[in-house]
Amino acid sequence: MATNFSTKLRSPLYYTLVSIGALIVLAGMYAVHLMEDHGHIITGMNNQIVWGIPHIFAIFLIIAASGVLNVSSIGSVFNKPAYKARAPLAGLLSIAMLAGGLTVLMLDLGRPDRIIVAATNYNPTSVFAWNILLYSGMFAAVAIYLWTMMEKRMYPWSKPAGFMVFIWRFVLTTGTGVIFSFLVARQAFGTAILPPMFIVISFAWGMAVFHIVQSTIYSWNKISLDEYVQKRMRNLMGVFVIAGLYFVSTYHLTNLYFARQTEFEKFILLDGGVYPLLFWLGYVVIGNLIPLLLIYHPALGKTKCVIAASMLIAMGGFSLLYVLIIGGQAFPLDIFPGFEVHSTFGDGAIGAYSPSLPEILLGLGGVGISFMITAIGIRVMDFVPHEIPKTH
Amino acid sequence: MSCTDIKRRDFLKTSVGAAAVVIAPGMLLFDMAHGKTEPVSGKVRWGMLIDTANCADGCTECVAACNKENGLSGGLASTDAQWIRKVELKDMRTGRELALPMMCQHCEHPPCVDVCPTGASFKRADGIVLVDKHLCIGCRYCMMACPYKARSFVHEPLHDQNPDVPRGKGTVESCTMCVHRVDNGQQPACAEACPNKSILFGDLNDPESEISRKLRTVASTQVRADLGLNTGVRYQGL
Repeated sequence: MATNFSTKLRSPLYYTLVSIGALIVLAGMYAVHLMEDHGHIITGMNNQIVWGIPHIFAIFLIIAASGVLNVSSIGSVFNKPAYKARAPLAGLLSIAMLAGGLTVLMLDLGRPDRIIVAATNYNPTSVFAWNILLYSGMFAAVAIYLWTMMEKRMYPWSKPAGFMVFIWRFVLTTGTGVIFSFLVARQAFGTAILPPMFIVISFAWGMAVFHIVQSTIYSWNKISLDEYVQKRMRNLMGVFVIAGLYFVSTYHLTNLYFARQTEFEKFILLDGGVYPLLFWLGYVVIGNLIPLLLIYHPALGKTKCVIAASMLIAMGGFSLLYVLIIGGQAFPLDIFPGFEVHSTFGDGAIGAYSPSLPEILLGLGGVGISFMITAIGIRVMDFVPHEIPKTH
Repeated sequence: MSCTDIKRRDFLKTSVGAAAVVIAPGMLLFDMAHGKTEPVSGKVRWGMLIDTANCADGCTECVAACNKENGLSGGLASTDAQWIRKVELKDMRTGRELALPMMCQHCEHPPCVDVCPTGASFKRADGIVLVDKHLCIGCRYCMMACPYKARSFVHEPLHDQNPDVPRGKGTVESCTMCVHRVDNGQQPACAEACPNKSILFGDLNDPESEISRKLRTVASTQVRADLGLNTGVRYQGL
């Protein structure tokens, strides 16, 4: 299998795909150059919508990077052999997506040239500063974990390393959720449900990305995934999707119960234009209901259905983040409760945002980086899952 | 004394004189550029009391003065910086209308300072909240955290800056309470420009200051007092 696969990786199609990936990365770099040159004026972001599409891409990639490690954790920490065989690929994907996400986040800064300042001047009360340590530590933790899995001498350390990664990614996703939880005055944020919600949705999104990559590798290699493994992984993804939907529902239902939050919920769920559309159609229907049907319907659930479900889950993820992050900023801050307000700075008005091409290219560039690392990683090292005979 | 010795002495005298003439202005400028060297006193807490009853509807003198003092364009696009803005309010229950100037509230516990990853957002000992332009990486987390929407991000390259108020593309900025004027014993530009003297600036820690005396006698409000940030800017008649 390995020989066959490595031959495939030398095929023209492989090089074409890698070249397309490189072009996307180049386009992203050009967008960064434009943003550096002209400033953020060429993006759709403004003084009300301060975080835009690049942040959606970055946060999706970072959350999925944490979630994809579930596959390794189930193998290493909970001793499931079917998952153990997949742990190295999960580790590679995690590093790839983390790198892509962080690059986008870093290059969207107003002064990306000052990134060294972020390392040398550290504010201990800032969750952003904690995340700098959590994200860089995650690279190291996953790299060590991969080493213990791929180097025979290190095999005995694989379980403790897996456990370390297991803990680390929980803290990391909590840290990502806390970025929003700590925003005391914004109606959409400032709630402790966000970190656990981010952890649960990370499981679903990570699993979806893993399914897409694994299926691509298998179909490339013209082999089919063991039905038992397929069923286990598919059902697990379904459970994660349901759990994610539960958390998102709880978040909105709690808000609906608070009189001071009902206006915000009305905006997000009913009359906010693109936001309710993305929430109901993008997240609930495309990101949850259709994937659950594809996974659990007795007549469906085959490989193609699982790939389709995974892609839809990822699309639902983008929709949810768009609604939460951009919708959350578009709804005006309630600075003067009980008053109707109006000003030249958008007080009391819904913030307008339309993403521009450069910022979309920057976000796609991050996905391109993740793709390149994955494609080159599986070409130069042995990350392809080696099937272990099934154990029921 | 030989002729050579006299020449050498003259040469040394001339050299020292020339060096003094060349270096002295530079030293003077260096000193001026660095301003005061003594640290800011923590015994002072600068603040403002804004009388909304006197704040005339449609008057934007404070905004114009701020823009001029700090070299802002005065543009009103969503990407333009506005350090102070006039907010018109209408009580939804009673229909009462009022207007007030809104800017950085210079909180005692500023969320922008808590969240800033590099410490670029900081609070001076005298309570003025500022952004260090050399440390700001432009992440905009402070803008997400500010409950008052007080901060602006510089979206475009800047030209013709006021040397007293350095700004920078790709960094975040907000009202500095005209720190460069305050440090010279002057009032912030908005307070000075208000035709109705609605903005009273002073030391909240000094019980004998005009602002403290007025705060003892009139009812004042902190915007979003429920957040417990203890703002330096207070409003009367809100």
